[in-house]
Amino acid sequence: MAGAAPTASRPPAAGARGGPGARIFAAVAGRLVIMVPYAWLLVFFLVPALIVVKISLSQMAVSVPPYAPVFDPGGGLAGLLDAVRQFSLENFAWLMDDPLYINAYLSSLMIAAVSTALTLLVGYPVAYGVARAPATIRPSLLMLVILPFWTSFLIRVYAWIGILKPEGLLNQFLLGIGVISQPLVILNTNTAIYIGIVYSYLPFMVLPLYATLEKMDGSLVEAAQDLGCTRTGAFWRVTFPLSLPGVVAGCLLVFIPAVGEFVIPDLLGGSQTLMIGKTLWNEFFANRDWPVASAVAVLLLLVLVIPMMVFQKVQADAQEKGR
Amino acid sequence: MNAGWSRFNVASVSVGFAFLYLPIVLLVIYSFNASRLVTVWAGFSTRWYVSLIHNESMLAAAWVTLRVALLSATAATVLGTLAALALTRYTRFRGRVLFSGMVFAPLVMPDVIIGLSLLLLFVALGFDRGIVTITLAHITFTMCFVAVVVQSRLLSFDRSLEEAAMDLGATPVRTFFQVTLPVIAPAIVAGWMLAFTLSLDDLVIASFSAGPGATTLPMKIYSQVRLGVTPEINAICTILIGIVATGVVAATLVNRRRELRRQRDEQAAMRTDG
Amino acid sequence: MKSLGSIRRSFAPWNDPGAVPYIRFENVTKRFGDYTAVNDLSLDVYEREFFALLGASGCGKTTLLRMLAGFEEPTAGRILLDGQDLAGIPPYRRPVNMMFQSYALFPHMNVWGNIAFGLRQDRMPRNEIRQRVEEVLKLVRLEQFALRKPHQLSGGQRQRVALARSVAKRPKVLLLDEPLGALDKKLREQTQFELMDLQQDLGLTFMVVTHDQEEAMTMADRIAIMDRGEVMQVATPAEIYEAPASRFVADFVGNVNLFEGTVAGREDGRTRIADDRGMSLLVNEAGGAPEGAGVAFAIRPEKIRVSSARPAAAVNAMEGEIYDIAYLGDMTVYHVKLPDGRIVKASALNAARTSDDPMTWNDRAWISFAADAGVVLTR
Repeated sequence: MAGAAPTASRPPAAGARGGPGARIFAAVAGRLVIMVPYAWLLVFFLVPALIVVKISLSQMAVSVPPYAPVFDPGGGLAGLLDAVRQFSLENFAWLMDDPLYINAYLSSLMIAAVSTALTLLVGYPVAYGVARAPATIRPSLLMLVILPFWTSFLIRVYAWIGILKPEGLLNQFLLGIGVISQPLVILNTNTAIYIGIVYSYLPFMVLPLYATLEKMDGSLVEAAQDLGCTRTGAFWRVTFPLSLPGVVAGCLLVFIPAVGEFVIPDLLGGSQTLMIGKTLWNEFFANRDWPVASAVAVLLLLVLVIPMMVFQKVQADAQEKGR
Repeated sequence: MNAGWSRFNVASVSVGFAFLYLPIVLLVIYSFNASRLVTVWAGFSTRWYVSLIHNESMLAAAWVTLRVALLSATAATVLGTLAALALTRYTRFRGRVLFSGMVFAPLVMPDVIIGLSLLLLFVALGFDRGIVTITLAHITFTMCFVAVVVQSRLLSFDRSLEEAAMDLGATPVRTFFQVTLPVIAPAIVAGWMLAFTLSLDDLVIASFSAGPGATTLPMKIYSQVRLGVTPEINAICTILIGIVATGVVAATLVNRRRELRRQRDEQAAMRTDG
Repeated sequence: MKSLGSIRRSFAPWNDPGAVPYIRFENVTKRFGDYTAVNDLSLDVYEREFFALLGASGCGKTTLLRMLAGFEEPTAGRILLDGQDLAGIPPYRRPVNMMFQSYALFPHMNVWGNIAFGLRQDRMPRNEIRQRVEEVLKLVRLEQFALRKPHQLSGGQRQRVALARSVAKRPKVLLLDEPLGALDKKLREQTQFELMDLQQDLGLTFMVVTHDQEEAMTMADRIAIMDRGEVMQVATPAEIYEAPASRFVADFVGNVNLFEGTVAGREDGRTRIADDRGMSLLVNEAGGAPEGAGVAFAIRPEKIRVSSARPAAAVNAMEGEIYDIAYLGDMTVYHVKLPDGRIVKASALNAARTSDDPMTWNDRAWISFAADAGVVLTR
């Protein structure tokens, strides 16, 4: 018999039931569990990311595919080196010189930040209210919060068009009750984008907030009040600080995708609204300039790398604490 | 968190829900508008639903969307479950950090980047774009959501159940299929439903990875919307909302009933002699 | 020849030089990174023994159990079961079954399915499985609950299912990890005796891990007291209680008074222990300690008599003041303060409803005890 075997979460299957066949199967199965999704992600996630980087260093060409250089497997190593020599950072230089793109990045960041703040403002009271709801209706309320999330994003954004148009329902309502005399121009402005983002991403803010608030020990608030805090005082000094992990998670879940949002600025924003997602789309589909579109994507990723890493860390920390 | 609603709580929850549901409700109402102008009510009518049934291209798009969603959800569930298992059960393997990053990045990455990168891959590989590429793209971005759901369940899974099974003579493989899998099955099903919905709703990634002859329903709706708001769009949206709402409400009711029955069973057992 | 404790044990294979241990831990060490959970531990358990591993949390008892079950492999040393080295054998191939602290009942199977699970893994024929499951169900009195799922059972019923499942395969050894921890007091007492009966009826070797002294003392043939990965003493409950091997063991089980002093000489076959504060005791055994060695005399509270007057024929007697009293109903515990400041615990059984010598706080009182009322500890 072998000597002391190393500890593992799976004990070694020496002389396993069923004989050596079963032992090999178990070992292979273990490998496969990791290899299959790993391979898939390498091919469909990592490699495409590398291709985006590669094309961002290429130039636009009138050909199929519409970029140059193209790696020719037949060219061998020399062909490879030749292609690599044609790489240049000129797309990036061009992007950073052109105020249009710089503005688009900055404007996207600003719009995403403002929208995230608004979403927090709207979402926190809702999450707090649901967390404090009587236990009997709490599951139903949660379901009602999640339900819009299951319906199509596109549909929900579309619904707002009919409301925010100059002849839309909101204006009809406000004119009808006499609050305004001229229809408000909301559609095709940044305001509409804020409304759209808040509306679409609200469940992403409410759910992590609710999860954190619900787990909170209610006796902490009672202790604070027992020691002399008012209701609102106890909220700001005890509840809110303890809910910060949920706040951070919710904000990241809203902010990061919002920066690269396309559908909302396209349908609700105007031609002056600059958002980088829309810019990327236009570069790709309208201008057919794949290298520039790729460069835009690479820069966007770089801009988002830090928030994304923060998000990964928050995720990992939450797991450590044994969610 | 203590239960107990203040007036502020009631107000904020009501306003929040009103905000969430009003646009949807209005959209549904105006799908029954007899007039073509979406914002001028001219009486109740179901003509737009009728015209939908005759709308060939819309029906074709719906069929494409359904097939893609079913296929990609199933494949994504398998891959996502494997990924979740790999991350929770194997704490040390080469490239784990990279793997973890790749699994969770699509959660927050903007769709346009995912879509663009996948399209460039298909072009580089010389794939013809169509249903297959859309499906591959959807599998890739939905599997991470499945992984999150399944991983969360696996983390709270009681490992002593697996130890008990092995102690009673089951090999690790048999333990997985006879004990682990049945117990985490609800999470896997939830993951499937999530992947299905995400695929059904996706516009951006599908637009990048689609080709001629493969149009999904969101793509079709989007192209119509760019031309203008029409009640017909309201109608198809209402139908989709109806399907989803029915599904979610039904699932919740089934779960609630099961939970209540379980609680009643536990209470009855407590009262009997130990 | 007086015997230690009040029970005569007929089953004592550990005293038989020809008996071969059934389970043997040979210099077993288990390290998790920098942390040593079990340190060069050697232990023998005999067939049909009801053996208890007793210790506080973190002493390594559960780790030892898990190594026997196969969920951890020793970092060094080996474990032998019926002569066979268990190294490298996975848990599903060991003739050992475990009853988990959390019961670990499969939530998606009913009681029948849970019990039959292990039998199915062995590919037992169906009618044999049915016979065995019914047999076991009758043993734990759960026949009418066979089709219920775990969440439909009370805590005590779940515990019986866990027990039934672990004996269904008739393992050579049954390991129990804190089996009574989750039960309330009444149920615990009842179940203790049920477990003992079960072990006798089935003729199995039981190894129980517990932190509850009463549980170990009640059920076990022998107890191993563990601390920080090492065995402090292995002995019958009576030996552990009346002849502890160290201060740690004496203090761990039950209450004890420790009189620290040095060996001051021998008188009439007895040893005198004294200290520089005026204490002077005459005791029977010195534990082999030489003159001048620092020792502690360990004596249990119930071996000390408290009286208001000096007892006439006591070998050891000291006067003090009643500092505190705890009236527990079945007995009274006196805390008596001696002139040198030491507080001695003495307890008296309230064997009659009335007392001839009632005492109260701050009374002068005498404590007294015989020369063989305690043991001398050198460790």
